[in-house]
Amino acid sequence: MSPFSGLSFAVPRGAMFKDSLDLLDALGIDTTVVREQDRRLYFPEIGVITMRPSDVPTYVESGAAALGITGKDVLLEQPGRRVVELADLKYAGARMILATLDGVDPTLEQQRRIGRIRVATKYVRVATEYFQATGRQAEIVEVKGSVELAPLTGMVDAIVDLTATGETLRANGLVEREEIFSTTARLIANPVASAMSASVVDDVTRRLRELAGSAA
Amino acid sequence: MAGALEPTTTARAGQVVRLPPGSRDVLPDEARELRAIKDALRTTFEDQGYGEVITPTLEYTDVLARGVLGDALPSYRLVDDHGAWLELRSDATVPLARVAATRFHGHDGPLRFWYSQTVYRPVPQLQGRSREISQTGVELFGVEGAEGDREILGVVAQSLAAIGLTEARLLVGDARLSETILRGAGVDDDTVAAAHGALQRGEFVAIEQLLGEAGLALDEVDRVVGLLRTRGDVSLLAAHADELGEPGAELRATIDGLAPADQALVIVDLGLVRGLDYYSGLVFEVVHPALGEPLGGGGRYDDLVGRFGDDRPAVGFALAVDWVHRAQAFGGAA
Repeated sequence: MSPFSGLSFAVPRGAMFKDSLDLLDALGIDTTVVREQDRRLYFPEIGVITMRPSDVPTYVESGAAALGITGKDVLLEQPGRRVVELADLKYAGARMILATLDGVDPTLEQQRRIGRIRVATKYVRVATEYFQATGRQAEIVEVKGSVELAPLTGMVDAIVDLTATGETLRANGLVEREEIFSTTARLIANPVASAMSASVVDDVTRRLRELAGSAA
Repeated sequence: MAGALEPTTTARAGQVVRLPPGSRDVLPDEARELRAIKDALRTTFEDQGYGEVITPTLEYTDVLARGVLGDALPSYRLVDDHGAWLELRSDATVPLARVAATRFHGHDGPLRFWYSQTVYRPVPQLQGRSREISQTGVELFGVEGAEGDREILGVVAQSLAAIGLTEARLLVGDARLSETILRGAGVDDDTVAAAHGALQRGEFVAIEQLLGEAGLALDEVDRVVGLLRTRGDVSLLAAHADELGEPGAELRATIDGLAPADQALVIVDLGLVRGLDYYSGLVFEVVHPALGEPLGGGGRYDDLVGRFGDDRPAVGFALAVDWVHRAQAFGGAA
């Protein structure tokens, strides 16, 4: 029986990984095995499964994980997911921004002459809705890897991406032009598990909220 | 001959024969099991005095649209040979409400109908959802309030027993409860509407923000969100009677009047909302520990039949047969 009474918890790898494991440690779950076996993904002995943040809603929606942690940016990019968002865990703070090459903003000239800009992003949905909401026409180009490359090569006029410190932007000669939203880590749950195991889910939620509140 | 109907898995080389995503064939072994589920449900419904109704797969879009109280479900449409818009049925309840209002106009009632029909819904790509959903369910027209609600919840309980889903539970609420709770906190109409939308999407963090921006103190925000997150047995309706008003009292009367065995299936959920906007009172979902989403649900929709010209209170439910089948496979059912 796992510490979550048989429920499994989806933990995001990448930038949120260490803080998420620290949080589970604070809940009284010994995550040593996860930290020591970096290539292993599935830890049923402590009720933990690990994956990239953008996969967390998929596993939680299906019920393969009852609970999970992922970024608000991920939830906004996947709005149709049937999951419940229970708590703002306040860490992994970052901002979704529109950035271009430094100097004169190239999107202004492009808007004036062509009336449409080209934007590279991993966040196709967020970017599409942002330009619709701000009344601008944009051609969204989806890239999978480092999006900073796209304006440097002249492929696009701008990028929409997540930034925490701004270091990668600066290192590539890019500057932030607009902030779209800010994001933090969120606790999510499967709706059925949340109803059928209400006391466990509520207890985990309450304790994680307290930990997030005290850390803030 | 044993094994004669077992499918092979290799397609002829170089030949690609596609199906639309979200669509699939059902082969004999599964078809037999799905048929057994539908037969068990049919027997349960007919024993309770419900009669089968079959409605057309295609109806006029403007007629079905009369039954849309909020956002329309996405649906497939086509144009007929006279240029009129037709729609593939995306929901079973609206056509049944049309039948009750038009084919039984002025009938004393009550009307008890069951159906087993496919509904068609556009699906997002690559999320494992079905374009065609086989729904089997009942609608009860002409029995108001707790009496009708209890009958339907009783039929649900008997249905679950008939298909062997002993681990399934009924998540029960009332479509008016969230609004009662939010209005009770004294927030303005816009905040109530926005918070209700967030509740439908399961965004409790957004509800906290909305209530905070509306001027509620932190502990009051916690109290309201806590109420919307409250799940438990029927006793919590008494414990929060003051905050839940008339809908809470009606729900309590409904559940208190259930047979003890049926009552044991109930989990009260004060923040339960369903995706469809026509619900006006009782709402419920059938959940099972083996499935990540409800395998069925229903509720009361007293304002729907009148939109087709004959006012009648109504309550009903449907089960998604494929989900029942999955739950049986996972859940150790007979």
